[in-house]
Amino acid sequence: MPKDGIGAATKRREDVRFLTGNGRYTDDINLRGQAYVWFVRSQVAHGKITKLDTSDAAKMPGVIRIFTGDDFAQVGGVPCGWQVTDRHGKPMLEPKHPVLAQGKVRYVGDAIAAVVAETEAQARDAAEALVVDIEELPAVIDMKAAVKAGSPLVHEDIGSNLCYDWGFVEENKAAVDAAFAKADHVTTLELVNNRLVPNAMEPRVAVGDYDFSTDHHTLYTTSQNPHVIRLLMGAFVLGIPEHKLRVVAPDVGGGFGSKIFHYIEEAFVTFAAKQLRRPVKWTAQRSESFITDAHGRDHVTKIELALSKDGTFQAIRTETYANMGAYLSTFAPSVPTWLHGTLMAGNYRTPLIYVNVKAVFTNTVPVDAYRGAGRPEATYQLERVIDKAARELKMDPIALRRKNFVTEFPYQTPVAVVYDTGNYNATMDKLSEMADLAGFEKRRAASAAKGRLRGLGVNCYIEACGIAPSHLVGQLGARAGLYESATVRVNATGNIVVMTGSHSHGQGHETAFPQVVADLIGIPAENVEIVHGDTANTPMGMGTYGSRSLAVGGSALVKATNKIISKAKKIAAHLLEASEEDIELKEGKFSVAGTDKSVDWGSVCLAAYVPHNYPLESLEPGLEETAFYDPSNFTYPAGAYACEVEVDPDTGKVTICSFAAADDFGNIVNPMIVEGQVHGGLGQGIGQALLEGAVYDENGQLLSGSYMDYAMPRADDVPFYKVDHSCQTPCTHNPLGVKGCGEAGAIGSPPAVVNAVIDALQRGGHDVTHIDMPLSPSRVWAAMNQA
Amino acid sequence: MPKVTLRVNGREVSGEVEGRTLLVQFLRESLGMTGTHVGCDTSQCGACTVHVNGLQVKSCTTFAMDVDGAEVTTIEGMANADGSLSVIQQAFQDHHGLQCGFCTPGMVMAAAALLKDNPKPSEAEIRHHLEGNICRCTGYHNIVKAILAASGQDVSAIAAE
Ligand code: FES
Ligand code: FES
Repeated sequence: MPKDGIGAATKRREDVRFLTGNGRYTDDINLRGQAYVWFVRSQVAHGKITKLDTSDAAKMPGVIRIFTGDDFAQVGGVPCGWQVTDRHGKPMLEPKHPVLAQGKVRYVGDAIAAVVAETEAQARDAAEALVVDIEELPAVIDMKAAVKAGSPLVHEDIGSNLCYDWGFVEENKAAVDAAFAKADHVTTLELVNNRLVPNAMEPRVAVGDYDFSTDHHTLYTTSQNPHVIRLLMGAFVLGIPEHKLRVVAPDVGGGFGSKIFHYIEEAFVTFAAKQLRRPVKWTAQRSESFITDAHGRDHVTKIELALSKDGTFQAIRTETYANMGAYLSTFAPSVPTWLHGTLMAGNYRTPLIYVNVKAVFTNTVPVDAYRGAGRPEATYQLERVIDKAARELKMDPIALRRKNFVTEFPYQTPVAVVYDTGNYNATMDKLSEMADLAGFEKRRAASAAKGRLRGLGVNCYIEACGIAPSHLVGQLGARAGLYESATVRVNATGNIVVMTGSHSHGQGHETAFPQVVADLIGIPAENVEIVHGDTANTPMGMGTYGSRSLAVGGSALVKATNKIISKAKKIAAHLLEASEEDIELKEGKFSVAGTDKSVDWGSVCLAAYVPHNYPLESLEPGLEETAFYDPSNFTYPAGAYACEVEVDPDTGKVTICSFAAADDFGNIVNPMIVEGQVHGGLGQGIGQALLEGAVYDENGQLLSGSYMDYAMPRADDVPFYKVDHSCQTPCTHNPLGVKGCGEAGAIGSPPAVVNAVIDALQRGGHDVTHIDMPLSPSRVWAAMNQA
Repeated sequence: MPKVTLRVNGREVSGEVEGRTLLVQFLRESLGMTGTHVGCDTSQCGACTVHVNGLQVKSCTTFAMDVDGAEVTTIEGMANADGSLSVIQQAFQDHHGLQCGFCTPGMVMAAAALLKDNPKPSEAEIRHHLEGNICRCTGYHNIVKAILAASGQDVSAIAAE
């Protein structure tokens, strides 16, 4: 194995450009003659546009053209990529999502008009001069009120604010109800999974370009999946065939889900560039990101857990209201359903589960996948209700979990998915050791001596990653396949360029993917380079999200590399005058088994491109292969997390003293990158638990719409984390045995933090059983002083 | 339009600006130096951090006109003279202190300012100093570790590779 192959903590090659200011992000792209667009956005949550007068604004300096909804009347709406079927077999309600508002605005931030001018400042100034009159309508904000009869409607034409009422597994409902009716003990918890703003540090940017001589469009955009944007925008919104549309997502400054989706601004700049025959650029202000990037989470849930006297889980029943916002974002319907309901078994053997989800339209920003997407919501409710049950039954919360762990694999859950492999006791054992759970009492006493309440929170998580088998998600309503692709191009002297359909926006593919190829062939990783992010030079791929890049994209890479190796062996056999079956590839050298005859990698590659001595009658020259990989199952990373907190009883302020994460990600390609992914997830999960919350008032104004009001985790809000991934049960159905690690930290950490705070309060004599996130000092203090 | 002249990374540059032109706009748009980033519009994120006359400032909150005649250092000026990574940059790479790289220029500039005043900061001092710099990717673990390492302190006891 080369020293920088699979398993090596290779330093990232992309860092050099990022550390020297040489990254190329979308906003760094400026095209000759480019104009700038400023969007006029609704300042009210719900209303009818009664007047839209552009005449004064059009006369302002530098203004090129002002676009309104009328310009888009003949253009398609932004499509939704997933159709959910409800409990009664009815398709979800699917409102049209226009590029610019058609007579009505539905959330603060909804785009009404777009001013294109010579400079951004001129566009902004002219936007101020635009006259818009809006007759305000009552805002639909509270989800439960929204689905009551007589509520104002976000979309009159679809007749209801209830997008769908989903039951899973509907056939199990009666059996679940019966199990609850005769259960020894039922623990019930109502909770809110707080609405979050993803807040990738790079705001969204889109630059549209058009070449009239070839009728060719180019869109530069901050996307996690340029091919998906090309398909959605080209086929559904603007009617541009793929061969006339190139989408480029260069360096992208974080995504966390929010840059998966196709946004109206992308369609606008592409459309306007053609109309104006000049490039058009849009750069979001951060305050604009807050009101236009798809938000995450926002579930209100009631969960019930039925247990026998000895603590055996018998049944789970949940009812969730999931906020869709004002329109259906690209994958929004799938998040509270297939990415959430299928995870409700967690790490446990619960024979009967029924999940009900009501997806609701409100006058708020659309909600879609954010790091974890549905799985954090599932994990949070399950791990919170288990903790509450343990307290009610006076059982140790870890012992209660262990008692119910799935221990035999494969395991068919009652919620459709089959876990291929895992070892939940092993990660729990590891956690106990690394978090020194045995020493907690001593630390608690030390905190108490300082007047602080110390608590310990432990939980497990499981996630389904590597989305996904296309035939399965097709049955579940996905309007896309979810394979991944790779083209491996071996050059004449043996170095390699890999074109991947995955996209890296912080995950380090440019470093980790070469490690895989290098390992398989036995050449140095530095001889392999990755190309990604441009539809013009990568095979059709579905992009990066859901911790899928290595599990799905990496598998395509292995497949393509294996095709290369198999062809190279044929060439080597010819050169060595041996039979193909006798050729072995080891450390970059082909040899004939049992002899000292060999030929090196470079010579074989050269022969492929200079085929003088080559079996041309049976083999094509060249050495380039493409593979598409469609997974046969999801992968199931799992782990156990522990958090210790101190609560200041005078102020309610929570301090994280320590956080430990024991994860099973299967095999690992680059442990340094894996740990970084976990750290980042933990930072976001702790942020959700303690700090972050997108809060709307009853009129639909986003109260936490800037970094002044939306508390992002900062360096002094978090500790050094202890992370471990030594428990490895390799995935059984992909060639690398990998499971994915990108979301685990964000999925597993919120319940650990909340469990720890509740534990601290309980030990401190406060009978508090639940506080909704974020656990701000005021909420914690109020809970303590009410109980 | 008024004209400003300043030294950026040791090179004299000048250009016309409006009264409202921000230093970060001047750097990115007039000079084409896109290493300095803009992550917010409320002076909170620190992606735009540069040094003006040796002091750490947010270039999104500084008018270009106000730095007429000043010495400005940006991320493009942080590598060693031979182009190799400086000690701080190298520590960020060695300890995986960056992922998407968007906050990174600001983090490096903030770290450099800290280490100039406080060559051996404690973990708490580093975390406190980074109060004005937001990173969404790393959970800060490896950024803090990289800065400790760049200051010559032993980080082997801090978990990770
Ligand atoms: S861009 Fe300057 S602080 Fe955010
Ligand atoms: S590395 Fe992405 S924001 Fe810090």
